[in-house]
Amino acid sequence: MEAALSEDIWTECNTTPDAIDDALRELLRARHAANHLLVPARVLNLVVVVDRSWKGEIANRLERVGRYHASRTVLCAVEPGRTTIDARVVMSYEEPTGDALGVILEQVEIDLGEVHLANLDNVIDPVRAAEIPTMIWCPHGHLEAINALLALADVILIDSDDEPEPAVALARAAELLGSVYVVDLAWLRTTPWRERLAATFDPPGRRELLWQIGRIAARHQASSTASAALLAGWLASRLHWRPTPLSRHDGDELRGVAHAGDHDVEVQLDSSDQVVPGLTGVTVAVPGGWSLSLDRASGGLCARRRSEDGTESTWQVLGASRGEGGILGEGVRQALLRDPTYGPALSCAREFCPAVG
Amino acid sequence: MTAVTENPLAEGLERLPVRPTALVIFGATGDLAHRKLLPALYNLAHEGALPERFELVAVSRSHHADEEFQAIARESVQRFSRTKPDPAVLDGLLAEMRYIPGLFDDDSVYGDLGRALDELDDKAGYPLSRVFYLATAPQFFPIIIGELGKAGLNATAEGGASRVVIEKPFGYDLASARGLNAEVLEVFDESQVFRIDHYLGKETVQNLMAFRFANALFEPVWNRNYVDHVQITAAEDIGIEGRAGYYEGAGALRDLVQNHMLQLLALLTMEPPTAFEANRLRDEKLKVLEAIVPPDLASVPTMAMRAQYGPGGQGGVRVRGYREEDGVAPDSRTETYAALRLRISNWRWAGVPFYLRTGKRLARKITEIAVTLKPVPHLAFSQEGSLGVQPNQLVLTLQPNEGVSLRLGAKIPGTRMSIRPVNMEFLYNTAFLSQSPEAYERLIVDAMRGDATLFTRNDEIEALWGIIDPILTAWKQDTTTPIPQYPAGSQGPPEASSLLEPGHVWRRL
Repeated sequence: MEAALSEDIWTECNTTPDAIDDALRELLRARHAANHLLVPARVLNLVVVVDRSWKGEIANRLERVGRYHASRTVLCAVEPGRTTIDARVVMSYEEPTGDALGVILEQVEIDLGEVHLANLDNVIDPVRAAEIPTMIWCPHGHLEAINALLALADVILIDSDDEPEPAVALARAAELLGSVYVVDLAWLRTTPWRERLAATFDPPGRRELLWQIGRIAARHQASSTASAALLAGWLASRLHWRPTPLSRHDGDELRGVAHAGDHDVEVQLDSSDQVVPGLTGVTVAVPGGWSLSLDRASGGLCARRRSEDGTESTWQVLGASRGEGGILGEGVRQALLRDPTYGPALSCAREFCPAVG
Repeated sequence: MTAVTENPLAEGLERLPVRPTALVIFGATGDLAHRKLLPALYNLAHEGALPERFELVAVSRSHHADEEFQAIARESVQRFSRTKPDPAVLDGLLAEMRYIPGLFDDDSVYGDLGRALDELDDKAGYPLSRVFYLATAPQFFPIIIGELGKAGLNATAEGGASRVVIEKPFGYDLASARGLNAEVLEVFDESQVFRIDHYLGKETVQNLMAFRFANALFEPVWNRNYVDHVQITAAEDIGIEGRAGYYEGAGALRDLVQNHMLQLLALLTMEPPTAFEANRLRDEKLKVLEAIVPPDLASVPTMAMRAQYGPGGQGGVRVRGYREEDGVAPDSRTETYAALRLRISNWRWAGVPFYLRTGKRLARKITEIAVTLKPVPHLAFSQEGSLGVQPNQLVLTLQPNEGVSLRLGAKIPGTRMSIRPVNMEFLYNTAFLSQSPEAYERLIVDAMRGDATLFTRNDEIEALWGIIDPILTAWKQDTTTPIPQYPAGSQGPPEASSLLEPGHVWRRL
């Protein structure tokens, strides 16, 4: 049975960042004094800027990140026309049992107006926990807020699949990457596929095939072209292909080639009718007849391999779906890691994706 | 054609690729498989961390059809998995699982096993790596190893690999460990052998290496010039929990000191390895273990003591003493508490006493390493009004609250220059988001990948037994000296203080 979650709450209308900071300190002091085994987590500040009308939806998404909660989450809800700041601080914890420690998670909800966005750093700086990284996430745009917070941010969380035009999304990601570390949920959706492709070619006898790949096809949910482009970009960057712009065929399908030294690689990004965001399948083929297809299936992926002699085998690659909550949780966790392959993959993905006319 | 030595797709991935593998568990109906191995395999499947092709073959003495064993395995996972099982993943893991019943010394079992593994290779279209996991009682280890050799299953298939994972205890004393090593190495090359001590798979133990070798702050004082003494404690508040059959033959020294605690001592005191790589790390551990001079029999009573828990109280409840436990002889001389004073004869540590203690039914459960530094050479402040200027003490707690605490002297607020000790504390679970994987998950993947960094090498295991062996012998020979008794739920036997040098005291549990 899960232990009950207890909460200490402070609220104030027409408040100030300093008052919020004081409230955080006092709630922590009082709770630690009441039970010295309760201590605040000190991992990550997550600052989320959302439209006021979607605050509940985003709060629900943050609830579903599983074990990867930021230690202090600051949720700023932007309400058009508002000129004052209202705030609510919630400290949640499970009462520890025995000698084990209990960890306190802090959530600060701030209702503010568009007028505050240009100087949002003045609001956030006092209320974030000191000496730990700060991650910024603005799922509803709010570029003004992003620009104001960039100087405070160690990491910015984006989702390139949220933007209808992949070229715009990837260009924005590249621009941000120039000034801060970027965690892109569209990239994280490709992780299991990248892991499986890496495993496929890991046996030394198979690695030679990497340099012979003649075709890759990434199948994706209609709104996840960015994920598919990032996967293709990842292969291109790892295998030193030179991407060329893909062109649109039959509606949403993107096709083109990448130059791989002595041959060209066909690149195909196909839209499918999957409901959840992300990829639905990947095929990698070598001219001699060898190919591997991975497709989403119940309990993992369905792998289908064709050998040079035409024989086919099919098997299940095990793995539970992370769901969108899990992807967001992974995004939070990635704030503390560094992936050196995203930047080069993004660079190649941008070359694949046709620029907006 | 480009020569490809590295996998260019692996860079940047948190989970390194694992070669396609058939894992064979001997003792698959036993407690270890039930509680640890099968749930660990499920969790790896859930996380997508198993190889792209993974086959599981179970071997055990009980007679079951494949489907019956699959039902047993399902129950194990549902009961002990740290993640809630996803039915589709669990079905996928169990669907192709094979079960081979039979006695471990029956040649036909290995014939059946060989055929099953060949069929799995044929199904995959290439040779899978083979990992034989010996989760049986230790008396079966040499039998299974010999039979695997006879059946040719020790051979490395082209493109695959054949490895054997051997559970602890590896040997019963130095002679038996040497004998077992000889039998194992007659069949397998050392590079194929993975002697498991699950303690090394724990994040907390690996953190010890990160603490030492990723922080420049502590290394300058990590030697005899600054360290006064070290205490390593592994205290449990529980009793033998119905495991009298095992514990009567083992005792605290074999159960915890010979493996876990000496591993902690080695990691704490070894020289920095040049790389976090299996043989570099194990070379350094071996060097420091070999620098611990084993006692001669006559000096054992001055550097080691044993005791048993008597009746007492635990958690407000009256509990029985060890000799009253079911299955324990009323005149048992098996120790439930062991304490040692060791010395390391090398330049870094000469003269520094290392105190180790472990016991069951102690006041509380804690595993910690306390490094006490030497006192300041001259005290400028008056002791008057102070709670005492105490030496700095660095405490690395492995459980239950993993962290690092540094005891400092600080001024008590007021007009006098009075000092009292304060603690600067760091707690791991306030600083990381991740839930640690079970040690077995890490170690199973490492064995499948052929990475032996967190496994014990043959010479290392003999060095560990070599330190303990004279104590075991002396205690075995002494059949008359009364075994000290300590009340259950207490700090342990007062007699343990006799091992301490003047001015030293055991840390309060």
